[in-house]
This record gives sequence, C-alpha cells and structure tokens, in this order.
Amino acid sequence: MTDFTNLTLEGALAGLKAKDFTSLEITEAHIKACEDASELNAFITTDYDNARAAAKASDEKLAKGDGGLLEGAPLGVKDLFCTEGVRTTAGSKILGDFTPQYESTVTSNMKRDGMVMLGKLNLDEFAMGSANETSYFGPVINPWKVDDNLVPGGSSGGSASAVAARICLGATATDTGGSIRQPASFTGTVGIKPTYGRCSRWGVVAFASSLDQAGPITRTVKDSAIMLQSMAGYDPKDSTSINEALPDFMAACDKGVKGLKIGIPKEYTMDGMPSDIEELWQQGIKWLEEAGAEIVHVSLPHTKYALPAYYIVAPAEASSNLARYDGMRYGNRVAGEDLNDTYERTRADGFGKEVRRRIMIGTYVLSAGYYDAYYLRAQKVRARIAQDFKNAWEKCDALLAPTCPSAAFPVGRPVNDPVQMYLNDIFTVTANLAGLPAMSVPASLDKDGLPLGLQIIGRALDEETVFAAGAALEKAADFKAEPEKWWSA
Amino acid sequence: MSAKETGVTAETVKKIARLSRLHVEEDRLAHLADEMNGILAWIEQLQEVDVEGVEPMTSAVEMAAPLREDKITDGAVREKVLANAPKSEAGYFVVPRSVE
Repeated sequence: MTDFTNLTLEGALAGLKAKDFTSLEITEAHIKACEDASELNAFITTDYDNARAAAKASDEKLAKGDGGLLEGAPLGVKDLFCTEGVRTTAGSKILGDFTPQYESTVTSNMKRDGMVMLGKLNLDEFAMGSANETSYFGPVINPWKVDDNLVPGGSSGGSASAVAARICLGATATDTGGSIRQPASFTGTVGIKPTYGRCSRWGVVAFASSLDQAGPITRTVKDSAIMLQSMAGYDPKDSTSINEALPDFMAACDKGVKGLKIGIPKEYTMDGMPSDIEELWQQGIKWLEEAGAEIVHVSLPHTKYALPAYYIVAPAEASSNLARYDGMRYGNRVAGEDLNDTYERTRADGFGKEVRRRIMIGTYVLSAGYYDAYYLRAQKVRARIAQDFKNAWEKCDALLAPTCPSAAFPVGRPVNDPVQMYLNDIFTVTANLAGLPAMSVPASLDKDGLPLGLQIIGRALDEETVFAAGAALEKAADFKAEPEKWWSA
Repeated sequence: MSAKETGVTAETVKKIARLSRLHVEEDRLAHLADEMNGILAWIEQLQEVDVEGVEPMTSAVEMAAPLREDKITDGAVREKVLANAPKSEAGYFVVPRSVE
C-alpha cells in the first residue's frame, strides 16, 4: 500500500484525479501522521472533523470529474490567516479565543480550489522571530535533529516543520523579513515569497504591512507553483494587491535556465558563515552554469544596510498595526484602574517579550523629533536597496545567493543580544524591502547532516524566472534526504 | 535632531511605554533602556549611507493608489462584529468608563 504521506502535492492531486485513492483516505493518513507528530508542536489548533467533511465533499466532486486546483489535498494553514469559525491566534496570548467571522482571501481562494484544511500551524508571535521560539504556544521542533532538538526557523516554523515531517502536503506561510525562506532552508523544504502584492493581505493578521507577503512552503518547487497559483490573485479588498493576470507558475517550472543570466551578488556573505554554505553557493553556481545559464557577477552595495533599515521599518509599522489590540473589541482584557490602565495591563499581559520590544522600538522611531532621523532615513535607504536591484537587473535575470548564514540551531539557545537573532534574516530581508519574489530551494546537507537552502531572487512580477531557476537547482541538487522519523508515537 | 545625539534613558522608556500603552514595572526600565540602546546603536550605521536627494520609498511595487466607487460594499453584520467582544450588551461593546 502507498504511504500517502510520502506523496508530493503534485502526486497526490494526480492520484486523486485518476481515482487511485480518495481524499478521505489521504486525509485520514495525514490526520494520523499529525497525531503521531504532536511532539513537534507544529499545530496550534487542529480541525480534523472539518477536514474529514471537506475531504468527503471533495471526493464527491472528484467522482464526477469536477474539482479545483487543490481538490482534496490535505494542507496546513499558518495561524496568521483568519479562518471563519476556526480560532486564529497569531501565536499570541492577546487574541484569546478569537474566532474570525470571515475568511482571509488567500485561504478563501484555496477553499474555492478544494483545499482540505487540517488545522492552524504554529508560528512566532505575530510572525516576529526567526526560530519559532516567541510563540505563546511553545516552540516548534524541527524534524531534523542532531542530539538536541533544533528550531525549524521562523516565523513560519509550524508550516516548515509540518511539511518536512510529512504531516501535511503543503502549508501556507508568510514572509516579512524571511519568514518563509529561512524556515524552508532550516527544514529542507521549498518556500517562495512572491512579489509584494501577488497574494492579498486581506484577513492576514498584519505585522509590517509594506513587507508582509504570503506564500507556500512545500516539498518540491512544482508543489509551490501549484499552491501559489491558488493563493495569489488580485483582490480589491487589499489596496496594495496587484491587478495583473497571474502567469502559469507550473508551466514556468519546466522552462529551464538556458540563456538566462544569473547574477552572483558578492555581498551575500558574512563573517563567521560556515564554509559549507560558501561551498554550496559555489556548487549552485556550477549547477546553474551546467544547466545552461550564464553566470555574471554583480554588486548590491547597500546590502549590509538592509537589516538595520528593516529593524526601523518593520517595528514602526508593527507598533501602528498592533495598536488595535486594546482588549475592547476582541481578544483578552485585563481589568485595570481606569481605561488607560486597562489598555496597558491588557497589552503587557497579552504580548510576549519580543513583541513588546518591537512595539517600543517602533513607537520610539516614530515619536516626535526622531521620525526624520530614523523612519524617513530608513525609507530612503530602502530606496537605495531597491535601486541596487534595479541596477543588477540591467545585467542579469535573477540572483543566486545563500538563503541563510547558518543551518538550524538548538532550541533554547541563549539569546543575550536580540541583534544576534536578527542576523538570521540578513540574506532574505533585502527581497522584502524591495518587494521582490524570492525562493529557497533545499540543496544539500551540511557536515552535521542538516539541510541548507539556496535562494533565487527575481525581478518584480517575474516569479516565472524564479520558478524556472528554482526547478533547475532542484533538479541538479537532487536533494532526497529526509529527517529520520524519531517523533512517531 | 540627529539620531546620534539620542540615548534612551529609563525616563525615555517610561514615556515610550506610556505612548505604546504597555505597562512596565519600574524595576524593568533600566534594563529595557539598555536593550533599546543596543538595538539603536546597531541601527546607527544607517547614518553612513548617502541619501542626499533620495526619495523615501513608500511602496514596494510602483503602482497608483486604486480608487473605487464610493458605495457601501459591506456591513449590517452587527452580530459578527460583536461575536468576539470580551464584553457586549444590547448590541454594544462594553468598555471601562472613560469620562468621569
């Protein structure tokens, strides 16, 4: 008998269409796998009853030869997407038992296309973190392991861990500074953040609105293309949604890289970066060259300023977005002496340490007298970073770089300096600041046997080239390694 | 004022916490000031960048702000709006007294 959890999303959809198995069968197999993997803490809320009902409904459609792009596929949803009737926490205590009365556009698109939702996946609180250790619901454990338990990266740690552990066929995620690509790199999965505006932000709990973008985490590049095809699309309810026709992402995966110019940005390295990562990058260059791409060397001189600029822009926007959590209309309320005291105690109790820290930094950089020195300057630096990319596009069609400066690290590693944790996003944050599509593809194992990803960054609206180059890397790397299944009950 | 002249003190943290509507215990102020100064010192490197004549970036992808017809597209969902309220009564949110 086929182990249904070994299927790719592409394989599962083909099998469902061919009636090799039913959605209920593969859904039950994944529910069992989810239950067995409770130690990974990947889910905050499971919704198996609705998943079974959705699977049965999908089977009826499939039996008639109908059904959408994702018909009958058991998937997971990051708990940052509002889902009608299913508790949504954003990984925070402050939302309490908040149960949305509406559906985010992204998950609504996926339900339209036949998604079977297994539940809501764990994440860093309000997507603020790079290790999934800031969640109120506890850390997520990476299925990859060397002695100690390792983090899956963050903020989409639950999504990455669940896909790597094969407890769902794919998962939604979001990326504000690297939160799709860094966990994908840490878990040996594929993750793409599309161009800013491709996926509607409507109904996604906001962190930093000018940077937040949804995308999938999956096991293969083609699976990511399938999911993104469903998730993306114009939405009048998001004023930053791009009103352009969607390219055929699946077809783009087969385009190859022959004749493409791939830029190698010399600034994407840092002191203390393990030699494995440098070597993998060189290997990646060879792979793409052998596949027919032309390699060109480019410079993005403002790269080192991306992270500090991000740590002004993102907290500033977060401090504004998170002002809504006041305990009046939804979420938890802690009674104080008067209205202001109630606000202050509600927010101090409901927000975790990292979220409070970023709200304070954001409030400070936006406060009277400091706006020009911090926020305005950061937005100008951001324009410089975007210009660096525009200059690079004169010479090349896409960029190849490492995704992260390290592999996964142990859970509970002491973080004495918040800036050290922020450095995880050093290679990913540039694409958010410039709004560009970028993908992490698993490419090899390091000397400890942990997965490492390579990153492809493309022009705005040109996910097709990112998929083409990502698929070429995937093919050359032939990454087949899987974590040993130590967690099974 | 240049960012260089700043330095977050316990007093500043108190003010920022107040603006952020976050309750902070007195004995945490000094530690938070150190932490903020650490992050701000790292951010300080942005002062090196020549931004003379650069327009601040206001959106990630160049596009005009979309306009739509000024008509009601949603509403009349009072039950839904109140469904998650910590306290509600007779179709209203119930909040602490704010005017004496």
